Amino acid sequence: MSQTPRIGVYVCHCGTNIAQTVDVKAVAEYAATLPNVVVARDYLYMCSDPGQNLIKQDIKEQRLTRVVVAACSPRMHEPTFRGAVFGAGMNPYLFEMCNIREQCSWVHPDKDEGTAKAKDLIRSAAARASLLEELKERYADVTKAVMVIGGGIAGIQAALDVAEAGYKVYLVERDASIGGHMAQLDKTFPTLDCSACILTPRMVDVSRHPNIELLTLTEPEEVSGSVGNFKVKLRQRARFVDLKECTACGDCVKVCPQMHADEFNLGLSTRRAIFQPFPQAVPACFVLNQADCLGRLPRACEKCREACEKKCINYDDEDRDIEVEVGAIVVATGMDVFDPARSPEFGYGRHVDVITSLEFERLVSAGGPTGGKIVRLSDGKPPRDVVFIHCVGSRDKAIGNEYCSRVCCMFIIKQAHLVKDKLPGCNVTSYYMDIRAYGKGFEEFYDRVRSEGVLFKRGKPSEVFRKKDRLVVRVEDTLLGRIIEHETDLVVLGVGLEPSAGQKELAQKLKLSLSSDRFLLEAHPKLRPVETNAEGVFLAGCCQGPKDIPDTVAQAKGAAGSAIALLNKGKVRIEPIVAEVTEEACSGCHVCESLCPYSALVFDTARGVMTVNQALCKGCGVCPSACPSGAIVMRHFTTRQVEAQLDALLEKKGSGVDTEPGTRTPEPVSSEA
Amino acid sequence: MADFRPRIVGFACNWCCYAGADLAGTSRMKYPSNLRLIRVMCSGRIEPAFVLKAFREGADGVFIGGCHPGDCHYVSGNFKALRRIGLLKGLLAGLGIEPERLELQWVSASEGQRFADAVTAFTERVTALGPLRFKAPAVESEHLPA
Repeated sequence: MSQTPRIGVYVCHCGTNIAQTVDVKAVAEYAATLPNVVVARDYLYMCSDPGQNLIKQDIKEQRLTRVVVAACSPRMHEPTFRGAVFGAGMNPYLFEMCNIREQCSWVHPDKDEGTAKAKDLIRSAAARASLLEELKERYADVTKAVMVIGGGIAGIQAALDVAEAGYKVYLVERDASIGGHMAQLDKTFPTLDCSACILTPRMVDVSRHPNIELLTLTEPEEVSGSVGNFKVKLRQRARFVDLKECTACGDCVKVCPQMHADEFNLGLSTRRAIFQPFPQAVPACFVLNQADCLGRLPRACEKCREACEKKCINYDDEDRDIEVEVGAIVVATGMDVFDPARSPEFGYGRHVDVITSLEFERLVSAGGPTGGKIVRLSDGKPPRDVVFIHCVGSRDKAIGNEYCSRVCCMFIIKQAHLVKDKLPGCNVTSYYMDIRAYGKGFEEFYDRVRSEGVLFKRGKPSEVFRKKDRLVVRVEDTLLGRIIEHETDLVVLGVGLEPSAGQKELAQKLKLSLSSDRFLLEAHPKLRPVETNAEGVFLAGCCQGPKDIPDTVAQAKGAAGSAIALLNKGKVRIEPIVAEVTEEACSGCHVCESLCPYSALVFDTARGVMTVNQALCKGCGVCPSACPSGAIVMRHFTTRQVEAQLDALLEKKGSGVDTEPGTRTPEPVSSEA
Repeated sequence: MADFRPRIVGFACNWCCYAGADLAGTSRMKYPSNLRLIRVMCSGRIEPAFVLKAFREGADGVFIGGCHPGDCHYVSGNFKALRRIGLLKGLLAGLGIEPERLELQWVSASEGQRFADAVTAFTERVTALGPLRFKAPAVESEHLPA
């Protein structure tokens, strides 16, 4: 450090976001008195072009060597200002951001307190800035492939878009077929498009696309690497049927003696131990469920193998480990529907004629167990009265789902229409809390269904019980203030959406955060809805929060576009914030070695010192904190830098905390401890 | 004692707690202004010496925020923080500093409310403990290397 740093401090008003509770002028005047600060200014919006130009101009005219911007969170605009100082010829790592909005003006309504804290934070930032060092960014090539996790409509759309852009896609699906929940739906709201008719062509496109490698029965085991170069270990469960040879002729199914509840029809029908998940399944290949089959250990039955002319069935098939390298990952793991057994008041599981809306979809679907006939499961007769209950498992703090599932109002309205359509004489009543018909064409559809004679009554039922062979729904009509006991034949529960099973484990593998509703957290709720905090990992569909099909497709296209942009760029910046060993100080004690989760510390036996593999180091800073001889330097978060911040924060004078706020006169004090 | 306003410094990991603190701001939640936060990439970066230094320089409380167990952006840095803080609390007691003045909290990026609540509760606790009675120069000369 031969030269004394020349710091410029820029305090942002952020309109009134900061200026309302922080005296920005006073803070800037105070900043000017701090050590090494040669210029301090305030401006309405530092992030605007004129604001950035102010900084650039000062760098040139005032020969600044450090810049501190006191504004919003570094998670918001650090990249903006790094870009600005870089544009004026300064190393971007000589820039320091001071958060006086999210962590000051927005949380402390008292202007004296806010101003005092802002001064402290800027003093700390300036002390740190004095010690910042130039860091050199490096770049690495991007692996030109994308992995899409989840083969529902979100994953299908994302995979197709990336493949169309000319990049290799690994589409990873846990089940035996792609299609997801959309394949189970009958019609879609509000246009009444046939769900399968619009989905299956896309599924076929996936299977035929030369750039897409479809991996079914597969789940990610381990993810390593980082943006641009991920290594993913996948585990593919045995299918026991040759994927390439099977023509889905169905000869095997005819001879299989083993029955099991059909998962695709939610247990409303049966399948054999060897089966195709549903007729339009992709890949069009059978799968053998080894838990149901008698052909394995001990081999008691070989009927299907004998029946298969092409000899596709192999009872000795085994799980496979697959390793792929990709530049970006799209997570499209979708959702599960709420299990209403957790809300026992509705009698699901006790009364067979209480069903979920997803079960209703299978009942009403022409490809479903009843061929599209709406019947009571108890006696197989068509109902004369149907009740729909909204918000089962949504907007319910008692079961832990505070959020609105967004699709239930509309799918219930659609299902009510389908009942009226198929059983014109049937009474249909829908008990709701609020009707949320917010989308394109939704309100119009709601109006139409009301005019078809469906009754919408406001109230959340408290109980469903049996009365002879019928059901009674007890509910308070909150608009009339009356308790109703509604006798009916069939109760359909409008179940909400929850994150799919295993999503949390996947999130941990990918280093993704969860929102408080347990769905995956996006990088910014407004402006970065498909990105995540893990660079290079993008979100599509219901894994990020409940949404309908158009929103899902839109987000999937967004995620695909973000992945394509990353691959197109060809290179990714490697974060230079890494650890480095000062060899003269290293005693070779190996304490750090076992602490590193990335095995980035390698012992150089010839020289007897530890070295850091900078390609593997992610910059967490665990090793320097453990080094007994202080030999490891954590770049950009060096011990000296952090301690300078601490010293500056705890300077007696100028701190607004231990004295009466707003009364002391701050004096410039050296930041050296 | 009613006028005592403790000085609290904090360390927050970039990925979870710092983001949670940002969310508390974006959601305009209110909490006492005593805390001054220092951002580090991971709670595993926090050297025990930082905490000791903070107390020596006059902090009445030190707040540390990391990711929930299993959620660490760097696999296991938060567990290392957990172990260090555990040891450090014992050391603090030996030095005559109430271990309750050091707080470790897990706050995820979506837990703005949890962050605000944790800071509020911690500030109240340190206020109740009163100023740190730790004669820095005396201890420095007798027990700490220069």
